[in-house]
Amino acid sequence: MTPHILTRSLDRAATTFILIVAGLGVLIPLSNLLMPQGSMFQVPTYLVALWGKYVCYAILALSIDLIWGYCGILSLGHGAFFALGGYAMGMYLMRQIGSRGVYGNPILPDFMVFLNYPKLPWYWHGFDMFWFAALMVLLVPGLLAFCFGWLAFRSRVTGVYLSIITQAMTYALLLAFFRNDFGFGGNNGLTDFKDILGFNVQADGTRAALFLLSCAALIIAFVICRAIVTSKLGKVLIAVRDAESRTRFLGYRVESYKLFVFTLSACMAGVAGALYVPQVGIINPSEFAPGNSIEAVIWVAVGGRGTLVGAALGAVVVNYAKTFFTSGPLAPYWLFMLGALFILVTLLLPKGIVGTFNAWWEPWKTRRTTGLAADEESAAREDGIGAPNPAE
Amino acid sequence: MLLGCFVVPALAGPFEDSVAKFANDEFSDTEAAIGEVASSGNPLASPIISALQDGRLSADPASKMVFITKSDGKIVDAATGATVDKLPDGAAAVRLNNRLRRTVEAALGGLTLLSPDPAKRLAAAQSVFKSHEENLLPTVDSALAKESNKSIKQAFAEARAAIILFKSDASDSDKLDAVSVIKARGDQEAMALLTGLGGDQPPLVAKAAASAVASIQSNLAMWSMVQNAWYGLSLGSVLLLAAIGLAITFGVMGVINMAHGEMVMIGAYTTFVVQEVIRTRYPELFDYSLLIAVPLAFLVAGGIGVLIERSIIRFLYGRPLETLLATWGLSLVLQQAVRTAFGPTNREVGNPSWMSGAFDLGQITITYNRLWILCFTLAVFAILLAMLRYTALGLEMRAVTQNRRMAASMGIATSRVDALTFGLGSGIAGIAGVALSQIDNVSPNLGQSYVIDSFMVVVFGGVGNLWGTLVGAFTLGIANKFLEPVAGAVLGKIAILVLIILFIQKRPRGLFALKGRAVEA
Repeated sequence: MTPHILTRSLDRAATTFILIVAGLGVLIPLSNLLMPQGSMFQVPTYLVALWGKYVCYAILALSIDLIWGYCGILSLGHGAFFALGGYAMGMYLMRQIGSRGVYGNPILPDFMVFLNYPKLPWYWHGFDMFWFAALMVLLVPGLLAFCFGWLAFRSRVTGVYLSIITQAMTYALLLAFFRNDFGFGGNNGLTDFKDILGFNVQADGTRAALFLLSCAALIIAFVICRAIVTSKLGKVLIAVRDAESRTRFLGYRVESYKLFVFTLSACMAGVAGALYVPQVGIINPSEFAPGNSIEAVIWVAVGGRGTLVGAALGAVVVNYAKTFFTSGPLAPYWLFMLGALFILVTLLLPKGIVGTFNAWWEPWKTRRTTGLAADEESAAREDGIGAPNPAE
Repeated sequence: MLLGCFVVPALAGPFEDSVAKFANDEFSDTEAAIGEVASSGNPLASPIISALQDGRLSADPASKMVFITKSDGKIVDAATGATVDKLPDGAAAVRLNNRLRRTVEAALGGLTLLSPDPAKRLAAAQSVFKSHEENLLPTVDSALAKESNKSIKQAFAEARAAIILFKSDASDSDKLDAVSVIKARGDQEAMALLTGLGGDQPPLVAKAAASAVASIQSNLAMWSMVQNAWYGLSLGSVLLLAAIGLAITFGVMGVINMAHGEMVMIGAYTTFVVQEVIRTRYPELFDYSLLIAVPLAFLVAGGIGVLIERSIIRFLYGRPLETLLATWGLSLVLQQAVRTAFGPTNREVGNPSWMSGAFDLGQITITYNRLWILCFTLAVFAILLAMLRYTALGLEMRAVTQNRRMAASMGIATSRVDALTFGLGSGIAGIAGVALSQIDNVSPNLGQSYVIDSFMVVVFGGVGNLWGTLVGAFTLGIANKFLEPVAGAVLGKIAILVLIILFIQKRPRGLFALKGRAVEA
């Protein structure tokens, strides 16, 4: 009997991860709101926002791991989908400012008044409604990824070529969004947000709710990814990763599988960006910088490519380290450390933290409980990167 | 006015009389004075008129003396040029109104037409061409007669034609001659002049002018094509220079080197260090600084390249995505290292004398540094091509590219070839840095701006083919420059990126793909 897809996909590690995220998602906001100011149990608001940012990065990392770790598509432009989701949310937040802007224009955001826009550009219409913006958060990155992937996968652009053109894509978007006449605030981007759904963005309660929402989104994204990679579809994806041509010769439409995960992953990145913007309070074109996308890839590599928990963990660990080091006296050395991290992880820790841990833990566990059920073992194998890809 | 003439005492000569008119504080007298002084041919005329323009000419109504306050504060008597201790108490600046200011400007133009300095004469002729002041015609005629310099003579002839064209009482045949002279000049200003011609011209002249405008227009359109092509070639040579090293590491070895741009940067900083040493120790060698920097940059960047290959990249063969990440990390480290060592700001790298300046070719200006870079790029390309074809290392490199295992079986030390190939690619990137230091800011971010473009060139041209890189670089360069006037610089660049992305869909292996039987490269 095959168990239900959800229960089957959640092994012990996955359940633990979900419980930890859920616990943090509830406890941190509660401690921030209920404990008295200055108490040692009170999490300051700035930390709530900071950790909210990490959680959004974790969702982005999950989306990258889904395509890179399980399907072998290394996208160096995922930051673009993240930023597009962020811009969609930013546009909603800009429209919510209404007449409270510096120029007091009820329709046009400040930067449009400043740049002498006669009226709202057509693509800004509808963003005053939350449901529309939320739809666009999914639709815009998804559509871009669909078109891009449809073109790229159909003509069998693979490996590093795909990586390079995804990088070119985000670079082109970076240049476009820097332009003032593109209608997205140019260099300064969108900022000065006031309300989200009628709640003040700056208020402690809103921040706590956003944090909770981000954790919920992380859990949902995790469960979706987990369901995909443990399903039959996931098996085909891994086959595509390890031997694309062989999979094609076996009769699978490789490009359809790739297109599906690529688009899904872009939507997830868009959601991450949309949750990121109200917590950070700004979105500007620098989010499109190719360096950002590559940095997101290294989070996955650090945590463990092909392990979903690892991707989320890597995002939090690397970003925590970034916050820690760039705010201290070691700030000038952060780029050395980040660079060294790229080199050392690829050279010495190719499976990442979680992958390496699994490689140690699993044989030991198997020895202890010999005769364990076969599906546990196969789950462990899926988590690793597997043998080096001969086709690459 | 008559009264004024009587009041002025006849001092010594006509020039002095004319100068004294400035002291009358009447606009009409001042105008007369300007005309007389300007046409006097006296060496003091030019300082007087320019002082008048700048408000440095003062006059004492009581004594009818006129003084020039020089820019260094000295005061001279305008009529005689003798130095005076201080201005008399009653002296006040000679007043001007707008009409007089125009007269002053025209007079100055006429004065400089006769200036002994050829550059000033040329500038004056150009300004007369634009202003076509009718009353300057005699001056232009006399200047034209005296002129011996060919190009200035031409400028005078054009200025004269401009005046005649706008002169109401000139004969039709004179005007037609003028139109043909202006048509021969053929630039933007000539067109502006002809289109500015009023509708009250005789029909023959108007027709000639219209046809001249049309001919200049098509001529200018052709020149702007030539100019775009030149800019495109120049940009293409820069792209080629930056990409050619990558064509070796990525194209020949299949190694994605994201730190390629940093090799370019290291080459540029090598040039900076060489120039610093030369500036402080051997300033007479400055013109040779680039010649010294080229081999040094090749060695420094190439050495670092070999080091990188031996310490990082060789462990990652067969894992291109990991190589990409590791070399990206490396680029961060190298950038930060240079930032720590040399500071985050732009460093000054000078142009040697043989690379500065420009010359005109028809309607376009070609700068020497761009021209040299184009030649240099083609030379590097030719040398590299010859090296790959005729040397033992080149042979081994090609063998390893085509079939690594077979090459190893034939006794080629593939790992040594790998290290040397990577060193070669990096060294060429270093050389590119020397050239790019001449046209770009030498900063730690120098390389970053080239790395995406370089990858685009290599991918577009076709991996593993140097000719593809050459064609790719020039195609992208020229396409970029032809798109720029239409779409603007940024949109043009975006359009190029989008076109490449679409192009890769069509030909995933680039313009000139290597033929092979492998299913996946």
